[in-house]
Amino acid sequence: MSDEQSLLTLCQSIAGSAADGEGIEAYATRSRETDIDVFAGEIESLSVAGSSGIGIRVIANQRQGFAWAGSLDADVVADTLQEARDNARYSEPDEHYGLVDLATAQQFDRPDLMLWDSRLEAVDLETKIEYALELDKRVRGADARIRNVESTNYGDGLVESALASSMGIAATNRRTIASASAVAIAGDADDTQTGYGFSVGRAFEDLDADVILAMAVERSTRLLGAQQPPGRRIAVIFDPMVTASFLGVLSSAFNGESMLKGRSLFLDRIGESVAANCVTLTDDPTDAQSLGAAPYDAEGVACRSNPLIVNGVLQTFLHNSYTARRANTATTGSAVRGGYRSTPGVGVRSLRLVSGALDPIELVAGYGEVLYVQAVHGLHSGTNAISGDFSVGAEGIMMRDGGYQEPVREITIASTLPKMLHAIVGIGNDVTYLPGGTVGVSVLMNEMTMSGA
Amino acid sequence: MLIESYVCERVLSRALSKGGDFAEVFVEDRRSSSARYDDGRVEELTSGRDRGAGIRVIVGETTGFAHTSDLSDAGLDAAALAAATAARGGGGGTRTVALAGDGGVAASGVMPEMVEKSAKIELLQRADAQARSVSPTIRSVSVSYADSRRRIQIANSDGLLTGDDRVRTRFMVQCVANGDTGMQTGMEAPGRGMGFEFFDDFDVESVARTAAQRAVSLLAAVPAPSGQMAVVLKRGAGGVLFHEACGHGLEADLVQRDASVFKDRIGTQVASPLVTVIDDGTFAQEWGTAAIDDEGQPAQRNVLIDKGMLTDYMWDLVRARKSGRVSSGNGRRETYRHLPMVRMTNTYLPAGETDPDEIIRDTEYGIYCVQLGGGQVDTATGDFVFGVTEGYLIENGEITRPIRAAQLVGNGPQSMNLVDAVGNDFETRTGTCGKSGQGVPVSSGQPTLRVARMTVGGTAS
Repeated sequence: MSDEQSLLTLCQSIAGSAADGEGIEAYATRSRETDIDVFAGEIESLSVAGSSGIGIRVIANQRQGFAWAGSLDADVVADTLQEARDNARYSEPDEHYGLVDLATAQQFDRPDLMLWDSRLEAVDLETKIEYALELDKRVRGADARIRNVESTNYGDGLVESALASSMGIAATNRRTIASASAVAIAGDADDTQTGYGFSVGRAFEDLDADVILAMAVERSTRLLGAQQPPGRRIAVIFDPMVTASFLGVLSSAFNGESMLKGRSLFLDRIGESVAANCVTLTDDPTDAQSLGAAPYDAEGVACRSNPLIVNGVLQTFLHNSYTARRANTATTGSAVRGGYRSTPGVGVRSLRLVSGALDPIELVAGYGEVLYVQAVHGLHSGTNAISGDFSVGAEGIMMRDGGYQEPVREITIASTLPKMLHAIVGIGNDVTYLPGGTVGVSVLMNEMTMSGA
Repeated sequence: MLIESYVCERVLSRALSKGGDFAEVFVEDRRSSSARYDDGRVEELTSGRDRGAGIRVIVGETTGFAHTSDLSDAGLDAAALAAATAARGGGGGTRTVALAGDGGVAASGVMPEMVEKSAKIELLQRADAQARSVSPTIRSVSVSYADSRRRIQIANSDGLLTGDDRVRTRFMVQCVANGDTGMQTGMEAPGRGMGFEFFDDFDVESVARTAAQRAVSLLAAVPAPSGQMAVVLKRGAGGVLFHEACGHGLEADLVQRDASVFKDRIGTQVASPLVTVIDDGTFAQEWGTAAIDDEGQPAQRNVLIDKGMLTDYMWDLVRARKSGRVSSGNGRRETYRHLPMVRMTNTYLPAGETDPDEIIRDTEYGIYCVQLGGGQVDTATGDFVFGVTEGYLIENGEITRPIRAAQLVGNGPQSMNLVDAVGNDFETRTGTCGKSGQGVPVSSGQPTLRVARMTVGGTAS
């Protein structure tokens, strides 16, 4: 029996123990991971590990309880089911609690996604070690200004999971991921800057060391000599990774749970213009190339592409079955969970903006001076998806006269999420699949407040 | 003990079977529970159980690591072999390990698993009611309770056998207020290294009021100014800033990696003479306190900066061995699935001599920070950025209007040199410190103090 089938058998046996009037859902995962860190030309740590765990949700008398365990041992699993039942007794009844029925789960066809690349299983440890050591060496020697490498990493994972419920849901999934990255430290007489480069895919063969090298070198060296500029209002262009961070902050505004609790920026705005006309934003887990791709959601409902903003107009909120029942609408297949340790919440999997035809340099032509934002800091503290405030630390490069000019540091850029969405005047062609699942692309906004000296 | 001493001895011998300088087995059994009250009702009760072992083998500069949730003899042996293989020792032969020690001291206090779930829920209801009563502008309230009990056992090839039993309890209130300026949020989340007796000292109603008033006060807030100005950090509020902007740079692993602005600065003046920085893992019942660190070394009180002079870094076993010294008790790990590394515990600046009111009166123009959000620092340069979640303008020596959306941007060593007034008060705050993907409980603390100049990034035009 394959691994995910044995997980399914376990989940089904738990779900099958449901008493009359009781609903049980079990989700189990098993994963194998390799993680290699290189420092100063040597393997600093090499970790090989297997993990497994289970999360059990019980709904009885309209009350819900949950428990998880990082073990599939029979005694622990039995305790976990008992704890979930006990937790249900103490929660308050809510008519909207419920497990998804088969008709809802199968209303859409599950996208046929190839997320497992069996080649990864065949790569031996020595090959991975050599790859990491070689990458470290190459970054070190890539440019005279690279003074050191802060860290070089190789990681991969093979993850199998199963989901079963007493409503008849039965699903399995498996996926692979391989990634490598390096943080270069560039230095000259009086400055030090770091730059991150990465490559990610479903198989070891997908990794491209040249890309990592070029990215880490460019991002560290081009900031050397950065100064704090005087503050002013200025057009900004976000690097694809910064755009991903921006979309990450914005994502909770589309969350059906936030909406129901009155915590969404977009409350009562469906059908209205919430962004510039050039903005079309989709949550699309059906593109196998995205690291956020998935055939079904955390409740077993088929995933589909959900348009969120089309030509600036807000289309929908995202729902799992619970928030859909409360909002009197249908689930959008957007139930997510942070592994076996949490109940299905609502979330995005793979946000992407419809890209344009121009690269960043072509995009800013005609805008005089533009701040190219390479990285932002303090997102958690400086942004608030409820109030819409957005004020973060940043570093980047001034763009003028058709090219990149002097680097800048110790600045903050500030605006509000609604203003930023309306300030978007251009979207680039540099589509980048990022490790977090978001698909990044350069975005030009015609005004933000930059504070500096 | 979680695992018998003779089993640990066998596992360690097996871990060293392919050579190696050092081997360690770390066993953990953790139970946790949480309850969340949202939208005026109990939303979720969760229980968690995690148990397993992490085994590491060190050969020269290389660490091999494997972890398993299978604590049977076969599971532990397989993990030991995997760690040995990963370390690529190349040597061989038999090495026996003899352990001496015990499982450590059992936790005291009111164990969370002995408390009825209904008693935990009652706390949530009380906090929710109190927060809602603060103002009709309070639109939503989310309250949560979380506890954990983590029993650990550590054995290593130096013959060490020890253990710990750690209980932590935390309570969090988050409020959203709605007014003419839109929605604003306020949060308060105290926690301590103790059991349910935490609530004998901590009044959940007062935690709820603080969070609600924070959200309400922001409704009247004006956009923060931008530019260079004096920044007064209220007691407790700024500890996280020194944790990030100074503490991380004093971790020996970052120093050895050439990623610290404090490298080669021992014995030199790195801060204003008014600044002393201490990391203290023995601070009674604080969030970052434990009897031993996660490598079995006793917790210590370490003075890092003494009146502006850099005196020492923080060390774990690996980094200390490399430098031929002893660990400072700062080797910590999130779970058995993680490798330990140098981490802070409770990091603080002790109280000075000035009356805090005097510091405000003496400030012509600037901002007064009552709560900071998270922040980020580039340890190689010391550059940091912090969000101010509750702040006020100081005008002519008086606290005037609340401000919103302010960010503090600066450089750690520069800001520490610019500290020009330190109050005689003190407070700590609870947090989770993230480093290389691992979160560990820490606290930070400081008296009211003033940084003469810092860049404030706001949205005021």
